[in-house]
Amino acid sequence: MSSEWPLWEVFIRGQHGLNHRHVGSLHAPDAEMAIRHARDVYTRRNEGVSIWVVKSGDIAASSPSEKGPLFDPSNDKVYRHPTFYDIPDEVGHM
Amino acid sequence: MPSLPDMMTPDAETLARATGKGEAVAPATGTPEHDLFTGLTRLGDNTLILGHRVSEWCGHAPVLEEDIALANVALDLIGQTQLWLGLAGSVEGCGRSADDLAFQRDTWHFSNLLLVERPNRDFGHTLMRQFLFDAWHQPMLKALEESSDARIAEIAAKAGKEVAYHLERSADLVIRLGDGTEESHARMQDALERLWSWAGEAFIGDDIDHRLAQAGVMPAPESLRPVWDATISEVLAEATLKAPETTFAHTGGKLGRHTEHLGHILCTMQWLQRAYPGATW
Repeated sequence: MSSEWPLWEVFIRGQHGLNHRHVGSLHAPDAEMAIRHARDVYTRRNEGVSIWVVKSGDIAASSPSEKGPLFDPSNDKVYRHPTFYDIPDEVGHM
Repeated sequence: MPSLPDMMTPDAETLARATGKGEAVAPATGTPEHDLFTGLTRLGDNTLILGHRVSEWCGHAPVLEEDIALANVALDLIGQTQLWLGLAGSVEGCGRSADDLAFQRDTWHFSNLLLVERPNRDFGHTLMRQFLFDAWHQPMLKALEESSDARIAEIAAKAGKEVAYHLERSADLVIRLGDGTEESHARMQDALERLWSWAGEAFIGDDIDHRLAQAGVMPAPESLRPVWDATISEVLAEATLKAPETTFAHTGGKLGRHTEHLGHILCTMQWLQRAYPGATW
């Protein structure tokens, strides 16, 4: 039965002000049922205040074979990390 | 030779035994405390037996997502049972906990509606039973939120949120399956016909119900019928299902007269506490 249902990716926002985070996937016949299932499968321990679902097939993903050209060039560019100046204590957490 | 039983005092034997041991005596039949205890066990026994029934699906549902959803519903109901039977035990005043009431009573002391002890059969039948129950449970809790007893109102408010979701879910699935394939439609129609005559008991009150209603503690069972009828006819119409014409209702559950199924449920549910009384872990 589950093989006839499309796969959905589930995103949960844990608290107000935080981003939705990918938590997993599930099968459901449509978006409404996917949200119900997500509620039952992924928010049982008070994890969420908001749920997004998206059909897995609708996600455009980078291909693992392109990993080199996509990500390697940033490996040796340490100057892109904001680590070369001091942050005053008063600024607090950034 | 033991003396002859006292004909004038009901429960003389219990009374004597309790007095001898210095134990508290349960409220006598007809007193407000006994009415309240009965009303609370009726609520708690419904959620206990249905919760146990639904939990039987654990690991057996057609898909993983529904398996977890069913387990959630079962756990909600068992959680509500702890509150209702916990309060019942304290009202009774004999030191019985929710666990004592759940695991150490026999069938004739259970006062759940006969509907909730119906066997699961298939997934559609389980959902139809849930829907018929939820459509009563939700307005029942809503009315209990207005109870003159603050403890009851508090439990009802907490349980009401869970049950609002149960009803949304079961109604949605009844519609999807009823208005689904030929096979799912046939199964849902069959389930509706099998369960219909077990649903009416919830709306038939006895003296205890009416005294509780008069005191503003719990709603009169009859008063919930119009809301239930409206929910049922709306959802069944959308589900393309047809309710049987009959208004006949099996009764007896509230008075401890049960179908053969309850004994089997208790065998499974209570065996550990009966084999190892007081066991904890």
